[in-house]
Amino acid sequence: MKSLEELAKIREEALKKVDLRSEREGTRIVVGMATCGISAGARPILMTMVEEVKKRNLQQVTVSQTGCIGVCRLEPIVEVYRPGEEKVTYVEMNPEKAKRVIAEHIVNGKVVDEFTIGAAK
Amino acid sequence: MELFRSHVLICGGTGCTSSGSISIEDAFKEELAKHNIANEVKLVRTGCFGLCEAGPIVIVYPEGAFYSRIEAKDVQRITEEHLLKGRIVTDLLFKEAVVEDQVRSINEVDFYKKQQRVALRLCGVINPEDITEYIAFDGYKALGKVLTEMSREDVIEAIKKSGLRGRGGGGFPTGLKWEFTYRAQGDQKYVACNADEGDPGAFMDRSVLEGDPHSVIEAMAIAGYAVGANQGYVYVRAEYPIAVNRLQIAIEQAKEYGLLGKNIFGTGFDFDLEIRLGAGAFVCGEETALLNSIEGKRGMPRPRPPFPAIKGLWEKPTLLNNVETYANIPQIILNGAEWFAGIGTEKSKGTKVFALGGKINNTGLLEIPMGTTLREVIFEIGGGIPGGKAFKAVQTGGPSGGCITADYLDTPIDYDNLIALGSMMGSGGMIVMDEDNCMVDIARFFLDFTVDESCGKCPPCRIGTKRMLEILDKITEGKGELEDIDKLERLAENIKASSLCGLGQTAPNPVLSTLKYFRDEYEAHVVEKRCPAGVCQELLTYHITDACKGCTLCTKACPVNAISGERKELHTINTETCIKCGACVDKCPFKAIIRK
Repeated sequence: MKSLEELAKIREEALKKVDLRSEREGTRIVVGMATCGISAGARPILMTMVEEVKKRNLQQVTVSQTGCIGVCRLEPIVEVYRPGEEKVTYVEMNPEKAKRVIAEHIVNGKVVDEFTIGAAK
Repeated sequence: MELFRSHVLICGGTGCTSSGSISIEDAFKEELAKHNIANEVKLVRTGCFGLCEAGPIVIVYPEGAFYSRIEAKDVQRITEEHLLKGRIVTDLLFKEAVVEDQVRSINEVDFYKKQQRVALRLCGVINPEDITEYIAFDGYKALGKVLTEMSREDVIEAIKKSGLRGRGGGGFPTGLKWEFTYRAQGDQKYVACNADEGDPGAFMDRSVLEGDPHSVIEAMAIAGYAVGANQGYVYVRAEYPIAVNRLQIAIEQAKEYGLLGKNIFGTGFDFDLEIRLGAGAFVCGEETALLNSIEGKRGMPRPRPPFPAIKGLWEKPTLLNNVETYANIPQIILNGAEWFAGIGTEKSKGTKVFALGGKINNTGLLEIPMGTTLREVIFEIGGGIPGGKAFKAVQTGGPSGGCITADYLDTPIDYDNLIALGSMMGSGGMIVMDEDNCMVDIARFFLDFTVDESCGKCPPCRIGTKRMLEILDKITEGKGELEDIDKLERLAENIKASSLCGLGQTAPNPVLSTLKYFRDEYEAHVVEKRCPAGVCQELLTYHITDACKGCTLCTKACPVNAISGERKELHTINTETCIKCGACVDKCPFKAIIRK
């Protein structure tokens, strides 16, 4: 170890490995991962979400799974919970849409209306 | 870098390892591979989570689901339901972590609610075999700060101001010890760590070494800088194989990263660390015996003064602190002495780790702010006494301490209060006893231990404790006389006053404190030849009550044919032939056989 900067750099890298384990409040992104969700392609969406959160180094954002949300015909479904706001339910998701949700909703706070359950036919 | 969406933390402390956590880890590896999610879910073997009673424990993040008493066969369900489909398997969760089907954070559970983790901060949070995880949680930042921003005097001043006292039992102010070693004259100085935890039922230091070994390494390097030493030794018993192994790995990784060795942080400070294994002798936890043992000599104490700070290892000034004491140091440096001094009571600052055992629901490891009451520890964190039995006493300080009775349960725990009650803080073993424990027998147990562990160098300890044990044997066998109790007391006082080291000076404590609070039990043994708790075999006889239905199960169970009686008629026990093995009691479906 040559300097404090070097330690800080190692710490920065290592933090990404362990920040999943801290107790968080903040935003929760939940992917429906029951049989219906998985068969409709929920897994790549989950992984895209995880990747995007890491890539953008978003703090206070948790990505997790849940069981069947109930509207199986609209799977894959993603729900976003932000503190003090109503839950937003996105339906018929794919990895591309997932990236937009992260960029527009999670980062900029603007709900992507066209993907929500309200817009679904 | 690899991305993981979920972390599965598996407890790898000694408790959970012995109840099968390695097979659980293997099962997870297999299941993750089977479902092709090994690159999404990370397995982490950590140190002790503390709630050993509920082990083996598995925690799944990001949900923080706290699974308890997991077996290898449960792994398939956790993988398929939770990791694959995201449905937490609520029936496998720790029961208190589920309320009306809602999962609660483990910090809400009674066992954790009142705890404050400083020394155990990262136990159960990081993989102790990966130095980068320690660094992620601010590891080695304190060492960096000390070396680049603080003078040696600043460091000592900070430790003094924090009010930290020795966690090994003595409670000597740590900052003063550092100052003495700093001021001592010598061309070479040493830093040593006492990890020879020997009290029966104590496993605080083991858990720190197993769960967060780097915190001790970092603290020893800080200490080395402060007192002017560039060589350290950790004295740990070979009976702690997991702790030794993880410490060894940690030292190697620290060397690899240049956090031990030459020119640390480019400041010109060198520090090296070595492990010395002890053979598990209790006396080697005594500081001068420990130093002898590190030097390769027989583990026997030497007279003090000179204290180790003046003449320690190889006659050189040596700073010796306990594992838990060291584990607090990096936090004091990073958060400031005022922060630490703000926790605890007036004269005992910070937190203390306890190993809770005996007749208690939540056996395990806990860390509380000083000043927490015994009642909170035993009945809230510990979850009370199993089987609805009544609390009788708690033994603190192990074989050097004493018992504390129900009358004093509301005493805030700190060094001075426990001493005032005739016990001591000790290293943190806490053994709870209920109405079924005989206090004479408990005193006899601890004395039996110290007689075994006495090194034999000084006669008061070598001969005196042996005589005390003989008297206790006599009393528990029903051959005691009233004057034996006085004799015990006299012997105890003399041994305390004249022994060479702490082992002998404290060995009579369990006897003195049980005599103080439970003299009536001693007298019952001596005068009435009766053991009120029904423990001392020699004083018990077995009897069959009217509840007997004559089923003959007991006659078949009795190995010495001491029970007779016709089928469907009341049986009797011949107390002459009975060997008091208790086999009949276990067999009787009507609870008709009693001991009295």
